[in-house]
Amino acid sequence: MDSLALLQSAGTELIDWRWIGENQTEILQALQGHIFLSFVSIGIALAISLPVGVVVARYRKAYPPVTVSTGLLFTIPSLAMFAILISVGLPVGATPVITALVAYSLLVLIRNVVTGIDSVPPETIDAARGMGLTNSQILFKVELPLALPVIVAGIRIATVTVIGIATIGAYVAGGGLGQLIFDGIGQGFDTKIIVGAVLATALAVTADLLLLALERYLRPWARRKKAA
Amino acid sequence: MNAIIDSLKGQNFTQLLVTHVQLSAFALIIGVAIALPVALAVRNTRVAAIAAVNIGNIGRAVPSLAILALAQPFLGFGFTPALVALAALAIPPILINTLTGLREVDRQIMDAARGMGLSEVQILTRVQLPIAAPVIFAGIRTSAVQVVASATLATFIGGGGLGDLIVGGFQGNNQAMLLAGALSVATLAIATELTFAGLERAFTPKGLKVARKRRGK
Repeated sequence: MDSLALLQSAGTELIDWRWIGENQTEILQALQGHIFLSFVSIGIALAISLPVGVVVARYRKAYPPVTVSTGLLFTIPSLAMFAILISVGLPVGATPVITALVAYSLLVLIRNVVTGIDSVPPETIDAARGMGLTNSQILFKVELPLALPVIVAGIRIATVTVIGIATIGAYVAGGGLGQLIFDGIGQGFDTKIIVGAVLATALAVTADLLLLALERYLRPWARRKKAA
Repeated sequence: MNAIIDSLKGQNFTQLLVTHVQLSAFALIIGVAIALPVALAVRNTRVAAIAAVNIGNIGRAVPSLAILALAQPFLGFGFTPALVALAALAIPPILINTLTGLREVDRQIMDAARGMGLSEVQILTRVQLPIAAPVIFAGIRTSAVQVVASATLATFIGGGGLGDLIVGGFQGNNQAMLLAGALSVATLAIATELTFAGLERAFTPKGLKVARKRRGK
């Protein structure tokens, strides 16, 4: 909000609209690259977190070590993470960026899968068992669908985090909107910095709001309670 | 390994570490100094509180590199622009958690306090704030870790800090310097997380701990 007001008051010096018009393709490509990086990372992270979360929800002893180790990963600053990944031999480019983004998503995703499964009332599971459902049917037809809103809440937090950190990935040639920011800083060209930063912010906020809407939609009982 | 230790021994390292800690500490203090009073001011006005939480939520979504990079065209290169950006980054988690913590204090407890004849100020300082303290400190912890991590990016706008080592390592193709920077930043972030987790525990009132134990948490 503040930056917008500042942009307007600063007038035309800060933003070179002609450059934006002439370089729409480059800007669009950066945006697409950013979305691609974020999507792929969240996809891989989900493919890991769902099974891990389901297993950990059953074998409780495994939960503390999983949260501690993924929590440790989550705390490492991203620039340091990229540096470490490249030092251990990953090639510069999208690989270390996606690896880091997956690592950052694990804590939130696994935690929310477990919390979601925990939130299913035991009576519901008893009822399902009484109806003759097998364990795997209970998991896929009762527990996971009921856990879905909490899992989506996790996906929302992870996605916003990933979109933010992906901007830094451009420093190790991962592409995306961060490329515009770093180019802009390197060339002393403010327009590029502002376009990159504003688009990255807009993308993160949009993803946040869209996933929030999805989360609400998946939780019809909460809406009904509010209306009552 | 020895080369990494040599990089750490350089006098430059101490300077960068000090700058990093200064940037983070000042930013956190400014963040607390803004977020706490704002949360206290809007806590009893429903519309203002909801607006503050929503603005805070949007603020949390803003990428840290975007905030730091945006500081540059407006405020220039150096320590101060980085500090301003990091302070802005520190505000949302503290604001959101303070408001949530204060608003979630049980109505009945507040009524009991009022019935005992406590003034509004006494209710705030003796009842609400102590009960909300763990949630408020959780917000400060989130901000602290985020600020320490993001201070690494200050290097891109000339703010100094340990990010200088990482960037210097990349540019000079100096593996030892790169790792020295990365490992020290990671250690600093983890140390911050642990310190603030300890503070959070220390500021949880005894009564709340007993209540939690009784509920079997």
